[in-house]
Amino acid sequence: MADQITVAIRQQEGGAGGQPVIRLENIFKTYDLGEIQVQALRGVSLDVTEGEFVAVMGPSGSGKSTIMNILGCLDRPSKGRYFLDGVDVSGMTKTELARIRNRKLGFVFQQFNLLSRTSALENVELPTVYAGISPEERTKRAMEALKRVGLADRAGHHPSQLSGGQQQRVAIARGLVNRPSILLADEPTGNLDSRTSVEIMEILQTLNDEQGLTIVLVTHEPDIAQYAKRNLLFRDGKLKRDALVEERLNARQVLKSLPTAEEQAAEDALEESQRSARTDATA
Amino acid sequence: MDFMNTFRLALRALARNKMRSALTMLGIIIGVGAVIAVVSIGQGAQYIVQQGIQAMGTNAVFISAGSNRAGGVRQGYGGVRTLTVDDMNAILQEIPLIKQAAPALSSRQQVVYGNQNWNTSITGTTPNYFDIRTWPVQAGSAFSDEEVDLAANVCVLGTTVERILFVDENPIGKTIRIGNLPFRVDGVLESKGQNVTGQDQDDVIFAPYTTVQRKISGITWLQFIAASAVSQEASVAAVGPITSLLRERHRIRNGDDDFLIRTQADIADLQNQTQSTMTYLLGGIASVSLLVGGIGIMNIMLVSVTERTREIGVRMAVGATEDDVRRQFLVEAVTLSMMGGFIGIILGLIGSALISNLLSWPTLISGKAIIAAVIFSAAVGIFFGYYPAHKAAQLDPIEALRYE
Repeated sequence: MADQITVAIRQQEGGAGGQPVIRLENIFKTYDLGEIQVQALRGVSLDVTEGEFVAVMGPSGSGKSTIMNILGCLDRPSKGRYFLDGVDVSGMTKTELARIRNRKLGFVFQQFNLLSRTSALENVELPTVYAGISPEERTKRAMEALKRVGLADRAGHHPSQLSGGQQQRVAIARGLVNRPSILLADEPTGNLDSRTSVEIMEILQTLNDEQGLTIVLVTHEPDIAQYAKRNLLFRDGKLKRDALVEERLNARQVLKSLPTAEEQAAEDALEESQRSARTDATA
Repeated sequence: MDFMNTFRLALRALARNKMRSALTMLGIIIGVGAVIAVVSIGQGAQYIVQQGIQAMGTNAVFISAGSNRAGGVRQGYGGVRTLTVDDMNAILQEIPLIKQAAPALSSRQQVVYGNQNWNTSITGTTPNYFDIRTWPVQAGSAFSDEEVDLAANVCVLGTTVERILFVDENPIGKTIRIGNLPFRVDGVLESKGQNVTGQDQDDVIFAPYTTVQRKISGITWLQFIAASAVSQEASVAAVGPITSLLRERHRIRNGDDDFLIRTQADIADLQNQTQSTMTYLLGGIASVSLLVGGIGIMNIMLVSVTERTREIGVRMAVGATEDDVRRQFLVEAVTLSMMGGFIGIILGLIGSALISNLLSWPTLISGKAIIAAVIFSAAVGIFFGYYPAHKAAQLDPIEALRYE
């Protein structure tokens, strides 16, 4: 009951354009594995309006990866329709989908997926290479994207010269470089420590709040999901729960309360000396 | 995606793993280098040979006694006895295309001077032989027509014989023994060096044919007639008339000629062909390494595609189409093969220059071979790069992104 009300409220809020950025109508996805058929998605319908920040959660096998693949136009639904920015992309060819991905979607992966031995700038430029724009324009846009994530001074660094958090920020910049409608993030904090994870969430929240970027994020960590505005819970191929986040976390404030790297190191050193003092005593 | 773009991206991708790219190119470099070197050296050799043939005299026509069935340029001397001085005179009289002719017959004899002796070939001929063969005398003089008429015991030495019999002494006017007969040395010929089959042309003594016929070998027939035509075209045009004339004189009806006519052009052609065949054969063998190089490229590209599966997934995710991916890897393969080809060409040219220098041959750069090498390297890249590129393009982005 509460869910239906929430849905109704959201539909009223609608986006600035009135049309949802994402509309899924009764999406089914079945994988044919020879003898058995796996139903990854069983009738999923949802809308995402512009400026939303959605976290998708669910156990493995729930269909959350499948829904992300479909949202990301990397896979086509077996049944049902997917409207991206009002355009039905469910029946498009591979080449058409590639073009859509290039223009409308930004991807951020758990494992960063940056090109090694390549500068941050070139990494960020990658989507522009397939957009058919001049080299000068490409560099310009890439630098802008790097500025938005605060890494303009590291443009020449290679991934091996960047920390995990910095690499993920480069990946976010890459996701932004073609000014997409939506940023899709698959466990973006999965490979990062707690503090860096919050730093990343801060960037995402800033992009969402200040620049109106629509973000859909998959995570298995409930804490991370609290930074989003809306949570979707999948189970057994269906959308089980769709609710606005209560007591949303503000990453900037959380960061202030977390110890910095130096403070953390000092704490660890203290703990270590305490522990060795205890073992000395018992020896 | 325009070409310059793709090319630059390919270079960038190859530069990420310089060692691997270099090793992959090695096969092509060696293949192309070998082909270029072999062909260039072969052409240098050909040039030398052609020069040698030119040195024999450009309007020369050689009529040798012997059946065509023996094949090749050199005939078995002495087997056929029908070619005579009268034949030669008939040719001179009845075929105006022929300017002059000299008879020739040879015999191997032991030659002695002082305590030096040597076994060499004594060729009997007339003085105009040296003119026909453009083989001037460098010291003294050739024997004269009168001495031919008189069957005088005079001779002209080749430089090898001079060196062996006389060492540092001046041979002019001295007497040597040929067979067991005394001969006065009238002159020494210029050095001709080796002929096209590797024989030392300077290991020879010339004497009047009358002397050789009557006093040394005892035969009356000739082994060959050396003639020169009024011009190069005439030398070719004279072949027909000479053939008819000799057939008539020798009463040959069924085309079973007992003589063989060769012009300068014939010999030049034959040598050219033989040399060409050799060169292309060697070039073909060297091309095998080009093939191997291509297989090497395919192998490495396949490995590269597998290693870069994640990267391909990311490229597809951010908007690369199948065509984009295929083109990228194809261009990488072709870039590899063409860079290898380019380096191979340079190394091949350097190699052939070094070897030619060593052999004192002229360094000839075959433009054709270079163009062929360029085209071949590109073709190898396209052909062997296609399968890996296709595999890359067919990857499913979702699977690729998950690849460990």
